[in-house]
Amino acid sequence: MRVVYLDNNATTKTAPEVVEKMQPYFEEYYGNPSSMHNFGGLVQKEIALARESVASGLGCLAREVVFTSGGTEADNAAIFSATGSQPDKKHLVTTRVEHPAVLSTMKYLEGKGYEVTYLGVDEKGRLDMQEYLDSLRPDTALVSVMYANNETGVIFPVRDMALAAREKGVLFHTDSVQAIGKIPMDMKDLPVDYLVLSGHKIHGPKGVGAVFVRKKSPFRPYIMGGHQENGRRAGTENTTGIIGLGKAMELVLKNMDQKNDEMSRLRNKLEQGLLGAVTNSKVNGETLNRLPNTLNISFSYVEGEAILLMLDQFGVCASSGSACTSGSLEPSHVLRAMGVPFTHAHGSVRFSLSRYTTEDEIDLVLEKMPGIIQRLRDMSPFSADSEAICATK
Amino acid sequence: MWEYTDKVKEHFINPKNAGTIEDADAVGEVGSLACGDALKLYIKLDDAGRIKDAKFKTFGCASAIASSSVLTEMIKGKTIEEASKITNRDIARELGGLPKEKMHCSVMGQQALDATLRNLRGEPPVAQDLEGEVVCECFGVTEDQIRKAITDNNLSTVEDVTHFTKAGGGCTECVPDIERILEELKGQKPAVQEPERTEQPMTNIRRMQLVTRVIDEEIRPSLKKDGGDIDLVDIDGTIVKVALRGACTGCPSSQVTLKNFVEKRLRDRVDETIRVEEVKS
Repeated sequence: MRVVYLDNNATTKTAPEVVEKMQPYFEEYYGNPSSMHNFGGLVQKEIALARESVASGLGCLAREVVFTSGGTEADNAAIFSATGSQPDKKHLVTTRVEHPAVLSTMKYLEGKGYEVTYLGVDEKGRLDMQEYLDSLRPDTALVSVMYANNETGVIFPVRDMALAAREKGVLFHTDSVQAIGKIPMDMKDLPVDYLVLSGHKIHGPKGVGAVFVRKKSPFRPYIMGGHQENGRRAGTENTTGIIGLGKAMELVLKNMDQKNDEMSRLRNKLEQGLLGAVTNSKVNGETLNRLPNTLNISFSYVEGEAILLMLDQFGVCASSGSACTSGSLEPSHVLRAMGVPFTHAHGSVRFSLSRYTTEDEIDLVLEKMPGIIQRLRDMSPFSADSEAICATK
Repeated sequence: MWEYTDKVKEHFINPKNAGTIEDADAVGEVGSLACGDALKLYIKLDDAGRIKDAKFKTFGCASAIASSSVLTEMIKGKTIEEASKITNRDIARELGGLPKEKMHCSVMGQQALDATLRNLRGEPPVAQDLEGEVVCECFGVTEDQIRKAITDNNLSTVEDVTHFTKAGGGCTECVPDIERILEELKGQKPAVQEPERTEQPMTNIRRMQLVTRVIDEEIRPSLKKDGGDIDLVDIDGTIVKVALRGACTGCPSSQVTLKNFVEKRLRDRVDETIRVEEVKS
């Protein structure tokens, strides 16, 4: 069956050019970059080129790029560098809608005696700048705010927030895993200390990511061993992964505006089509400052997992913020932080497009979705009329 | 992705008896939009007092819809007396099993049936104050519901209780209460036994067959995922002799694997008196 992949905020197809670029470094040039011989040196040169490619995509110096095993490790590295280098500062600022890579690390640090301020969001998923400014304290070790939210696509004013932090001498980290390749980045103009990206979200391979660490910002090694990554991250390099990430970065930046326009055209078509065809449907998150590829939409009175499995019958891949899909019993922490009513949160579906998404694929979803929702609603004991009786929470 | 059985998928994609009965003899309703799943069950009796027709309306995930669908099939043709004996385990079994995180869907089915039969007897729909104190505020689960789930399903951990009743799955503030209830019920439990076991005394042949099957179908595939393997060397009464192979040989945690996984699984699945011994060969 044809696969219609609209779950690109979860992971993306590895670009064929990336696979092609990686291939020789499995079979032919399998040398260790740290070796003295030319065979290893050749791989070392490729890694240097990949680092240049990532650095040029970020507008930073090559030596400010540290390769990691992915976004989660990179987020951990940034947060623990900030806390480890300033042991007297015991306060952290983050948001309630971060990725678990950040939220779980914050929870861990709370257990270690840190005080964490979790900034809330409004019903559109936006932060309150004043609340943020008020949260900064002399003992704040780090602010960690994602660039764009993975569930809703809502973009945060990271530049302004980082500026404010810098003025107060507070380190700033941004998880920009979802934003890279969709929003132009220039570290000369973005006053963050740490910025994180992941290979497999930009059509690169899984298992590789990077953290930008500004030249004068502190970094604490957390894996002990060899001198790789300039002594910052021990362990033989994931050579193929890093080389693939370099290529993916190069590709994703090529004609970015044009690709963004096309993704957003298709996303808007999907959004308008669904809102028009399905009653009691509603977009979650603000639509203005939003990634061009993301649509988070709720259908009242039906449950997200059931929608996803119905879509799966037609080869359509999406995800949901419903409780049932997560293994936990409560809907997405992002939607809850936004105060999305339970009626909507349980029936939320996230479609995330990529540069490979076609018009046909969007048309297929538009064709199938109204019938799926109708079928599930016919089966549901709830409707707009009965809602008053059962909304107990 | 959840691993649903074909039967769950079939009942989800093509549910039986979805809808309402206009002149139903009884209706029962459990769950809410807030909780993420809800089920409304309708039944119609024939002159002899048997359930002639049953229909459902369900809001929830695939396993909730499948549980509702299979429940309506199970009760059709049954007397009230017979239907009242159906437990959540029967529902799960009829579906060929449910992922443990989804067992609460089968509990919801049983509770809806219970509510429907109460409605039939003219009793009020289960009011929470009649069922004891609410323990889990997030999902409105009462102490009695938790107790019932524990005794009916032989639960022993908080995690299990959450999978079956949802209690403790939200803010987790009630976890100490659930621990207390589990503690209180400990020691009162042996009454609940697998019906298969009491009906059929375990013969040596039967035990050998089951041991072989559980090793082949469950234990070996699981060890192989980690590069290990296991050979069944001998079965002597309740003593099962095995040799660990592959990555398991020389693995420092192989003894833990042997006791906590191989022996535990065989005890759970076959016979509680089984002892596993490792033979070097």
